[in-house]
Amino acid sequence: MSNTQQLEDLTIQVRRDILRMVHKVNSGHPGGSLGCAEFLVVIYNAIMERKNGFDMDGIEEDLFFLSNGHISPLFYSVLARCGYFPVDELNTFRLLNSRLQGHPTTHEGLPGIRIASGSLGQGMSVAIGAAQTKKLNNDKHLVYSLHGDGELQEGQNWEAIMYASAKNIDNLIATIDLNGKQIDGATDDVLPMGSIKAKFEAFDWIVLEIEEGNNIEAILKGMAKAKSKTGQGKPVCVLLKTMMGNGVDFMMHTHAWHGKAPNDEQLANALNQNPETLGDY
Amino acid sequence: MKTYTYTEKKDTRSGFGDGLTELGRTNPNVVALCADLVGSLKMNTFIDENPERFFQVGIAEANMMGIAAGMTIGGKIPFTGTFANFSTGRVYDQIRQSIAYSGKNVKICASHAGLTLGEDGATHQILEDIGLMKMLPGMVVINPCDYNQTKAATIAIADYNGPVYLRFGRPSVPIFTPADQKFEIGKAIQLQEGNDVTIVATGHLVWEALEAAKILHEKGISADVINIHTIKPLDEKAIIESVIKTGCIVTAEEHNYLGGLGESVSRVLSQHKPTPQEFVATNDTFGESGTPAQLMEKYGLNSDAIVKKAQLVIQRK
Repeated sequence: MSNTQQLEDLTIQVRRDILRMVHKVNSGHPGGSLGCAEFLVVIYNAIMERKNGFDMDGIEEDLFFLSNGHISPLFYSVLARCGYFPVDELNTFRLLNSRLQGHPTTHEGLPGIRIASGSLGQGMSVAIGAAQTKKLNNDKHLVYSLHGDGELQEGQNWEAIMYASAKNIDNLIATIDLNGKQIDGATDDVLPMGSIKAKFEAFDWIVLEIEEGNNIEAILKGMAKAKSKTGQGKPVCVLLKTMMGNGVDFMMHTHAWHGKAPNDEQLANALNQNPETLGDY
Repeated sequence: MKTYTYTEKKDTRSGFGDGLTELGRTNPNVVALCADLVGSLKMNTFIDENPERFFQVGIAEANMMGIAAGMTIGGKIPFTGTFANFSTGRVYDQIRQSIAYSGKNVKICASHAGLTLGEDGATHQILEDIGLMKMLPGMVVINPCDYNQTKAATIAIADYNGPVYLRFGRPSVPIFTPADQKFEIGKAIQLQEGNDVTIVATGHLVWEALEAAKILHEKGISADVINIHTIKPLDEKAIIESVIKTGCIVTAEEHNYLGGLGESVSRVLSQHKPTPQEFVATNDTFGESGTPAQLMEKYGLNSDAIVKKAQLVIQRK
């Protein structure tokens, strides 16, 4: 799928999925999920080379790791809409006996998930390991990962960032969701991190920026460029500037919806802003 | 009574190193990672023979555990190497989420466990690692007793699909298990047959248990001695069958009595066959600097301590 209109339509449907999932169980993380909706829709449908079906080893296909596992509603919606499991199963999000746990896990055997995440800061290391196995297997495919900006406060990331350049992990594209927000407020208030770009560059990564991280054309262009930078001896970092809560006016420009579900009235309002495109689950 | 002798002493970590070397030659999927302790873990030969399958991560254990988890995706079998303290407590959440909960086929190989690390002192002498690791769902916990058994265990865990914690140590200890003895995960090994007391030991304490059985024999007490190299899954049947015969038990380990082998045995016996039990283990304390022998003496982890506990527990029958 590379038609921009199709990607736009899918994004709107994914937003509806996210909102309805968190509303039903009155829990979950809509803000970051909405902020990265365009990105995940684009990479799964127009950037990554994926095989049909799912097997854990993912040999001869691109892999994706979600490190900031709390945006699971987005991950589940995109995986379901890409055919990894039935869309109806989105109905079971966060319910007892569901494969769609609050945070993604391999434990319940949900196709599309290759690692548990949620406890932050671990995904970069995992993605690097998978990238190194691809090299050992002489598999030319790439590994993609997504991380929150607040998540970079976890020290394990910097161990991983140092290692990736030292070991020339040039089949990895790690994207940082730069929405400037975390649970307790703006990242600049909670723990200012200075220039994340300068930090990655200081660790000898190739760094690209996507200024309009909620614009499908911009993501397509930016990620194509990121791909072109792989294989040059250095890991690639994409700084994706997004708007938390994007696509729902009252969820934007605030960190309030990081981990809060809309009530009935708010849901109706949010869905009105995102009319059904591909059919609700 | 069987006689156990030895002609050579060797460190169990060398058993790990030599087992890893053999795996390097026989299993192309085995990869090794180390956090700046290659010499201490005896990984040099593997590295020399398989440089492309070795990953030096530097002093960054959390990253090492995550990388190991990721490497399994695509079929590799990663063996991580560092001290027991840095293999467990330091990286507990990385192991919990990325390895155990994710069901990844990582072998966490931990050297310098317990007091016998010696002079470096309590910062490095972990006595809580068995407890930490056995509480993780799905984690296999193995603590072999000598060079041969550690080598065999290292080779055996590559054929088991799932996370394993393999614990071994620094000092030279007698080699008394047969070099050709197959290692079966979760299968206890009966070392002595006796009727008066059961001694269940793991790791470095297995040799001490054999020495204790000799002393007890001279005192007219016959001990059933069992080598529990696998703490999880525990060979419950072997333990229950032994205490049915003896009516009392001593557990022996180089670990805190809280969370160790002894508590696992207590749980099994309280459910199936309530039995008087005494513990040879550290008593909710940190270690300190000293030679291994001095420390094992001071903290009551040697054959004399096992003899005393055996005599005590027999009186409680």
